[in-house]
Amino acid sequence: MKDISSLSARLIQLGIFAIAITAWFVIGRTGAIAPLFVPPIDAVSQATIVLVQTGAFWSSVRVTLMTIAEAYAIAVMLGILGGYAVTRSRFLTDVLEPLVSGLFAIPITLFFPLFILGFGIGAESKVAYGAAYGFFPIALNTIAGFAGVDMRFLNAARAMGFSAAGTFRHVLLPAAFPVVFTGLRIGFFICFASVLGGETISSLAGVGRSIALAAELMEPARMYAWIAAVVAVALLLNKMISLIESRMRGYGGNGN
Amino acid sequence: MIVIGVFLLWEIWTRVAGNSELIAPPSSILRALFTEILPDARIRNAIVVALFEILSAYAMAVAGGLAIGVAIGSTNLSRRALFPIVLLLYAIPQVVLLPLFTLGFGIGPAAKIAFGFSHGVLPVIVNVVAGMRNMNPIYLDAARAMGARRSDIFRDVIFPNMVGNFFTGLRLAMTMTLLGVILAELYVSTAGIGYYTRLLATTFDPAPLFALIGILTAMAIGLNEMVRTIERRFTRWKTQ
Repeated sequence: MKDISSLSARLIQLGIFAIAITAWFVIGRTGAIAPLFVPPIDAVSQATIVLVQTGAFWSSVRVTLMTIAEAYAIAVMLGILGGYAVTRSRFLTDVLEPLVSGLFAIPITLFFPLFILGFGIGAESKVAYGAAYGFFPIALNTIAGFAGVDMRFLNAARAMGFSAAGTFRHVLLPAAFPVVFTGLRIGFFICFASVLGGETISSLAGVGRSIALAAELMEPARMYAWIAAVVAVALLLNKMISLIESRMRGYGGNGN
Repeated sequence: MIVIGVFLLWEIWTRVAGNSELIAPPSSILRALFTEILPDARIRNAIVVALFEILSAYAMAVAGGLAIGVAIGSTNLSRRALFPIVLLLYAIPQVVLLPLFTLGFGIGPAAKIAFGFSHGVLPVIVNVVAGMRNMNPIYLDAARAMGARRSDIFRDVIFPNMVGNFFTGLRLAMTMTLLGVILAELYVSTAGIGYYTRLLATTFDPAPLFALIGILTAMAIGLNEMVRTIERRFTRWKTQ
């Protein structure tokens, strides 16, 4: 029963993809929608092949990946250290946690012109912007993870004569890790998206800039090729991280 | 208290360290707010347009997301077939599609509304479907056995059950719609807030720039708080 329904669900999904691709193909052939907006599918696939072979493609990708890596590294470091430092005091947690989550509700994009003003239109402004976006979910989840550790565990560890380092290693860290990891995952995708967004809006190089440039030069096939590349990378990363996550859940399950 | 302290420090620091091309002290921002930003009818107009874009994109995202979410979540088969596609779309960083929106909708408010909508609609769909999934089928059977019509079932059984998820979706949708509209404004704009922030940023005139950003931030906080207040009102019965 279950197999039949999941089989038909798969069939419907395949059908939808098939219809979408056919529709795209037909639109390209007949020109029902302006080819500037929806270029023919064979033109896009050709542009993708050409694009991947150019050196410009790889240098843009390198710039963007470096920017994301730097931004994420800063966000992780500040987010985890800051978040952890805050939870060492109940008072600080109570004061700062609502402040940080309140700030998180403000779209940082509003301040993007200030990042450009402060760091110029090179990669630095995108690093700062991506790091600022990634910082909040990581810090909030670090606070939630470490502040949420049951006091009884800590008291028990102390009563059994654990050192501070031992308590951290064997009690705090395992208890907080799943929540912190969720923050790391959310932070990564926000960082990823905001670096691309920053590059699209105002930048000299990078993948986001290349997409905007292709649009400005009215080269829709190349723009679609870039978009396809980004979408593929995003879906791949998503898959990878959910794999890591499910493996870790299995590891956490062993301990209990 | 901390907020006041930060502003005081900011004032003193900018007065002493004085890098007047990048950061302005709060007092001159406040002055710029009343002397340069608010008296300028074009900037006032741009702010009103931005608010209009956000609100219409949000209204469309909520209505569309609710309709699509209910359609997807209504049967087991449609959920299993269509929900993975929605999640797939949700995983794509939508900024890369921004130039496409400009190509399709031009550089006026329509592109901003469309981009805000596409950001806001997905969290609503995802949360509506999630809310309908954890429905206990016994309630549905009972309602049907007691002769409830489809519309009654939706209003009195399904909706109250998913209300928590629905409002989570509304809150996220507001954040995302704000993000989408502002991104689109910053990307290309000939008369909107994006144009003025860019103008002020490139002319190194930080005081009015900070003032404008301050207004927009206040607007964003106000809209978020509005959604939260509505959420509290409608979910109060649950905690009682």
